[in-house]
Amino acid sequence: MISNSFALVGEYISMAWVSIISHKMRSFLTTLGIFIGVTTIITIWTTIQGLNNYVNDTLSEIGSSVVYVEKFPWVITGDFFKYRNRKNVTWNEYEAIQRYSTVADYVTPQVVSQKTIGYRENKFENIAVLGTTESFIETSSVLPSEGRFLTELDIRNRISVCVLGAELATRLFENTDPIGKRISIDGLKYRVIGVLERQGDFFGQSRDEYAVVPIGTFRNVFGPHRGMQIAVMTNNADAVDDMKEELRGILRKERKVKPDEEDDFAINEQTQLTSFYSSTTSTLYAIIIVIAAVSLLVGGIGITNIMLVSVTERTKEIGLRKAVGAKRINVLSQFLIESVAISSIGGTIGIAFGIIGGSIVLSFMQVDTGVSMSSIFVGFGFSALVGIISGFYPAFKASNMNPIDSLRYE
Amino acid sequence: MLIDIKNLYKVYDLGEVQVAALNGVDVSIAKNEYVAIMGPSGSGKSTLMNIIGCLDVPSDGEYILNNKRVSEMVDDELAEIRNKEIGFVFQTFNLLPRANALHNVELPLIYNGTTRAKRKEIAKDTLEKVGLGNRMHHKPNELSGGQRQRVAVARALVNNPSIILADEPTGNLDSKTGEEIMQLFEDLHKAGNTIILVTHEEDIARHSRRIIRLLDGKIVSDEATKN
Ligand SMILES: Nc1ncnc2c1ncn2[C@@H]1O[C@H](COP(=O)(O)OP(=O)(O)OP(=O)(O)O)[C@@H](O)[C@H]1O
Ligand SMILES: [Mg+2]
Repeated sequence: MISNSFALVGEYISMAWVSIISHKMRSFLTTLGIFIGVTTIITIWTTIQGLNNYVNDTLSEIGSSVVYVEKFPWVITGDFFKYRNRKNVTWNEYEAIQRYSTVADYVTPQVVSQKTIGYRENKFENIAVLGTTESFIETSSVLPSEGRFLTELDIRNRISVCVLGAELATRLFENTDPIGKRISIDGLKYRVIGVLERQGDFFGQSRDEYAVVPIGTFRNVFGPHRGMQIAVMTNNADAVDDMKEELRGILRKERKVKPDEEDDFAINEQTQLTSFYSSTTSTLYAIIIVIAAVSLLVGGIGITNIMLVSVTERTKEIGLRKAVGAKRINVLSQFLIESVAISSIGGTIGIAFGIIGGSIVLSFMQVDTGVSMSSIFVGFGFSALVGIISGFYPAFKASNMNPIDSLRYE
Repeated sequence: MLIDIKNLYKVYDLGEVQVAALNGVDVSIAKNEYVAIMGPSGSGKSTLMNIIGCLDVPSDGEYILNNKRVSEMVDDELAEIRNKEIGFVFQTFNLLPRANALHNVELPLIYNGTTRAKRKEIAKDTLEKVGLGNRMHHKPNELSGGQRQRVAVARALVNNPSIILADEPTGNLDSKTGEEIMQLFEDLHKAGNTIILVTHEEDIARHSRRIIRLLDGKIVSDEATKN
C-alpha cells in the first residue's frame, strides 16, 4: 500500500500542478507568506554563512598558539574608563618576557606608527610602519614572497632596511622590482630587502599596506616611549594556557601590580575574537528562529485555510476518486503534496531572492565569498515542513470523507 | 452467484425518527445478468445500488460479492473492491472538469498501479469501444451530454469490473441520446458484462432481462422481461 502510493508521487505532483495553475492568483497569494518568510531567512542565512567562512578564514591566520600582550583587551565589555589610565606595555616587559618565560618559543615586540612613505615621485601618507624583530615571521606566519625578511643581524645593528607589504610595494613601485631600491620613511632612507606575501582584504581594508623596519631603528628614529604589542608564541599548542599564566606572573611582577589589584594589561588571543563573533551571530540565529516561527504561523495558516477551501470545493472530485478506488492514503497524499507544492513554489522563489539579498548585504560589507549550498537545503526544508504541517489537517479531512456524501455534494 | 444478498437492512438514524431505506432485502444476481431496479422515489433504489457498489455499508444483513463477504469490510478494503469489481455510471456523469476524456477514463487505473503508458493504451482502447476515439483530448465541457455519459461508461469499463452499476444513467439525457446509451449497454451485455441499472422509466427498464421492483425498502416483484 505504501509502495503503491510512493509510485504515485508523480501522479500527485501532476494533480497538484493542475490544481495550482487553475487557480493561479489564489496559489500566488497563498504562497506569498512562505515567500516572504523564506526570503528573509535565506537572506540572513546567506549573510551569516558568508561571514562565517570569511571571518573563520581570516581569524585562523592568527595562530591559535599565539597570544598578544597589550594595554587593552580586543573585546571590551562594560566600562571603558577603567582601562584608560593603564600604563603602556613597553620594552621592559618585552625584555622581562624574553628573560623569564620558559614556555614561550618566540617573543615578538611590535610598535606601530603612521608615516609618510615615498619612492621618487610616489608619496603616500598615513602608512603603517611596524617596528619589530626577526621572529615576526613566526608569530604572524607571513612569509616574504620576494627577497628576505629582517634578520637578527639587521635587528642587532639597527640597519636602515625595510620589508614592504605586497600592496604598498605595488603602489610604490608599480611594475619595477623593489628589491635593493631606497625608499623614504618620514624623510629618512631605507633599503628595501623584501616584499611580504599578499594577505588580502578584511572587510574592504587592505592588510598589505605597511612597511616593516627593525625595532631598534624604529625606536632610534621615532622615539622609544611608545605603547607596544608583544606577540608571544609557543610551538606546543597544549601549553597556551600555561603560557598565559606564566605571562601574567611575569607582567604583574614587572608592572608592580599589587596582589589585591586586577591585571592592568591584557593577554589577547584569537579565541576571544571567535567567541565574540559567535556571540554576535547567535543573535542573528535567534532572529532567524523568530522570523521562521512567525512566517511559519502566518504562511502556514494561509495554506491551511486555502487547502480547506480547496478540499470543500473539490468534495465531488474526492467522492469520485474514492468511488473508483482511491484509498485514504491516496487522497491524503494528493492533498498533502498539493500543499507542499504550493509552499515550495514560494520557498523556491524565496531561496532565489534570499541568495541575491544575502549577496547584496555581503557585498556592502565588502565580503567576497561563495554562496553556501546549505541555504538551498534550509529553504526547501523549511517550506516543505510548512507545507506538510499546514496541509495535514485539510488532507486528513479529505481522506476521511465518505464517498456517497461527497458524490452527492453540490 | 456473483451477488448474494440476504436480509439486508439500511437504517438512517435521524435522531427522533429512524428511516429504514432498506427493510430486509434478499436478492441474488448471477454473472452476465442485465437487471433493472425500479420503484417510486424514496423506495430505496439508490441505497441498494450504493451498497451493491460498496460505496455504502448495510446496517444489518449479509452481502457476498464474488465469494467475498463485503458486508464486514472496512473503508480501504471497500475501496479496493470498488476498484477491482465495480464500474459506476452516475446520472450526473461525475467527470473531472479539468481533465480530458482520456484522463477521466484513466482514473481507476491510477489507483491499481497501472503504469502511465499502459494506462493510456487501455483508456484509448476503451474510449474507442464506446465510440469516442475521436474525442479523447476534449474536456467534458467540450462534449455533449451523450458523449459525456459515454466517457463515464468507458471509465466504468476500463478496469474490467465484474459489475457495471448505473443509477439513472439516462436521467439527464434526452430520449434519443438516452436510447443510444441503452444501445451501448445492450452491446456490453452481449459482450459478457453484468449490468445493474436503476431507472424510473419503463421504456428504459425494458432493455434489461430482469426487473426488480422496490417499495418502501422491500422487493415487491422480481421477474424476467420478455427479451
Ligand atoms: N443520507 C441519508 N440520510 C437520511 N435518510 C436518507 C439518506 N439517504 C437516503 N435516505 C432516505 O432513504 C430512503 C431511500 O432513499 P433512496 O435515495 O435510496 O431512494 P431512491 O429510491 O433512490 O429515490 P429516487 O428515485 O428519488 O432517487 C429515502 O426515504 C431517503 O429519504
Ligand atoms: Mg435514487
